[in-house]
Amino acid sequence: MGFVYALIAAGLSLIFGLMEIVNFAHGEFLMVAMYVAFFAWALLKLDPLVSLPLAALLLGTLGFTVYHGIIRRVLDGPMLAQIFATFGLAVLLRSAAQFLFGVDFRTVSQPLLAGRVALGPVFIGVPQLAASVAALAAFVGLFLFLSRSETGLALQATAQDRHAAALMGIDTQRMFALGWAIGSACVGVAGGLLAMFFYIFPDVGTPFALLAYVTVALGGFGNVPATLAGGVLVGLVEAFGGLYLTPALKYSAVFALYLGVVLWRPQGLFGRF
Amino acid sequence: MGALAFPAVFTLPFPRHVMIMIFLYGALATAWNIIAGYCGQIALGQAVFFGIGAYTSSLLYTRVGLTPWAGMIGGVILAVLVSQVVGYPVFRLRGHYFAIATIAVGEIVQALIINWDAIGGGRGVFLPIKRPDSFLNFQFHTSKAYYYYIALGLLLLALGITRWIEGSRRGYYFRAIREDQDAAAALGVNVAREKLRALAISAGLTAMGGSFWAQYLLFIDPESVFPLSLSILICLVAVLGGVGTLWGPLLGAAVLVPLQEGTRVMLGGTGKAIDLLIYGALIIVISVAQPGGLMGLFGVSRGAGSAR
Amino acid sequence: MSLLSVTGITKTFGGVMANREISFDVKPGELVGVIGPNGAGKSTLFDLITGFQRPDAGRVTFDGHDVTGWRPDRISHLGVGRTFQKLKPFAGMTALENVMVGAFQKTSDVAEARAAAMTALEQVGLGERAEAHARGLSTGQRKRLELARALATRPRLLLLDEVTGGVDQATVPGLIRLVRELHATGLALIVIEHNMRVIMEISERVVALQLGQVIADASPAEIVRDRRVIDAYLGETWRE
Repeated sequence: MGFVYALIAAGLSLIFGLMEIVNFAHGEFLMVAMYVAFFAWALLKLDPLVSLPLAALLLGTLGFTVYHGIIRRVLDGPMLAQIFATFGLAVLLRSAAQFLFGVDFRTVSQPLLAGRVALGPVFIGVPQLAASVAALAAFVGLFLFLSRSETGLALQATAQDRHAAALMGIDTQRMFALGWAIGSACVGVAGGLLAMFFYIFPDVGTPFALLAYVTVALGGFGNVPATLAGGVLVGLVEAFGGLYLTPALKYSAVFALYLGVVLWRPQGLFGRF
Repeated sequence: MGALAFPAVFTLPFPRHVMIMIFLYGALATAWNIIAGYCGQIALGQAVFFGIGAYTSSLLYTRVGLTPWAGMIGGVILAVLVSQVVGYPVFRLRGHYFAIATIAVGEIVQALIINWDAIGGGRGVFLPIKRPDSFLNFQFHTSKAYYYYIALGLLLLALGITRWIEGSRRGYYFRAIREDQDAAAALGVNVAREKLRALAISAGLTAMGGSFWAQYLLFIDPESVFPLSLSILICLVAVLGGVGTLWGPLLGAAVLVPLQEGTRVMLGGTGKAIDLLIYGALIIVISVAQPGGLMGLFGVSRGAGSAR
Repeated sequence: MSLLSVTGITKTFGGVMANREISFDVKPGELVGVIGPNGAGKSTLFDLITGFQRPDAGRVTFDGHDVTGWRPDRISHLGVGRTFQKLKPFAGMTALENVMVGAFQKTSDVAEARAAAMTALEQVGLGERAEAHARGLSTGQRKRLELARALATRPRLLLLDEVTGGVDQATVPGLIRLVRELHATGLALIVIEHNMRVIMEISERVVALQLGQVIADASPAEIVRDRRVIDAYLGETWRE
């Protein structure tokens, strides 16, 4: 699960690093992606694994639209307006899902992958394993894109210093929009992967988003590679927290970890400043 | 005066219930406004204090037989204590780190309460129904008018305290911290202490709202008094109306609560969430077009452009 | 008897030594200029004196109190005021309200604070802009506003970071006159300034920093002849 968390968090981190805005609707984006996967399966008979590109594409479009429709307009506004613009979006998306699809839990039954495999001493579900591998692959892809491609480097430059980047001829508006598109596409992929084995309902995104904030903060906001480590850490704490404490307290363990880390090292575990 | 005469004019329970909810949410949002609107600390864990208020008065009543009025004061004291213990470390954080830390605290507290079987755990607490109505028992089954006046009193208390802060040195310090805490410190403002005071006031008022809520419904559980969604709702009410202004949070409640209660009655049940749909759209529009909230439409500015 | 003593303070940021064993004194009523190229550690020095940073080593003494490691607000209460290089107005408050925050250090009465703030605003020539929001002020006016805010705390030592930096040339003489007037009231000042003509004109003593170290501490007349200062800094700007 840690890799999936990392992928969700990477999208969040990318956006924050670019423009210092936390997308509080990130969990709802995930929820949308899961519904996309669900309906692709229910209507088109496409397995979530097959419809992954579709989910990524649609979510990328959503992110792009949200940037131009909302975020661009609050970019220079007060932090409160930034927080609540995305909060409003979260409420809107969640209630829209509730309105359209109802509150029922839905699942993708008869997925392509099923069953369990033994991995050393522990049994692990095949879909979970596939999701981990795919999430890791997507993460590596994102990392390579950011560090190797020209566009990725332009994105990083914009994150470092948007004024300097603008002076160097980088279209920062385009970069911001692209950041939202890529960041959202990340949750698109993560949502598609989760849809293989997780219930789908309007509020499903909330716990994942909360964990993503923790993951991002652990890695240091804006530091995409470090979110991988953060995600794995969150996944481990959650798993062991569920094992040694009661399962109900496993999220508390993660949040306690967040508090411990930000108070001890406010710049995140791997922050440089 | 109109507010005082309202129960005499509207004798049906439903309009009274709507007014009670407006007063309650108005008071809660006004309390949040003190820490977030004036002092600029975007705390997203107000439900912690609401829940503490609700649980303290309820448990003192069911276990010890203490009148909920005294329980309410107990809740205030406990909420203020918790606010100081939690606030001391968390206030060192700034911006988004702070906001997310307050969410984290809220989630941890809720999980702890759910797993604390000695106080009911996830099952919550039922308050025994006592007849006849009695002021001492804080229960009024024959008429909602009593609850109406108590909620109104709570709202007036919150507004009065805000008014008092606005006109005193404390209010200037709070706003200075909101605008730039380094500059405030350079002028001799003890930033950490002022933030803790703002939170203490906010927490105390919120706890009173929690105690009231418990007595109004006579049933509480962690899902209803400690959830993140309540913390967020409180903030959204204030943001909608206009933060950093005296009347903004009440205005937000006056718009939002009828919307919420109205759609609930008209559409029956909570399945369709139309109120939230409108509400989310409203919040986005407000954030984008009028960061000062609805109050901004009336030309009341608190300088919303600078709380960053 | 010196008002402020800085003794051997050192501050390192991530391996870079921003201040290295800096020592100097300021006497009551003295006006000391601090010069040095960008990155010489001037603003760090101010942060260390006013409590915004804690030195790794060394001591800061003000008026007989060892204030090393104190919080900024406590140091302010002792009588040390400051402005910031990157201006920090309370943008959403009026000019008068900005200054009242400073005035509240000496009184909790709103009317008294308002009167004291008005006096400070008039002192810096901003009396007519009292009701304007700080965000509506020009850069020069904001500099004056920061000054008025600090003055309202009635400091005995005032640290000014870049008095004339970033303002248009026409407003420079007015700001210099203001600093001189303040000095004439008996206030001790430490002034960081990039404009060499200004600093040589107003300072009684100049401390020159380079790479976090004091390379000279002398009168303006001696400073302009100091070989190391010329090499480090004056070379480019003074001979113009």
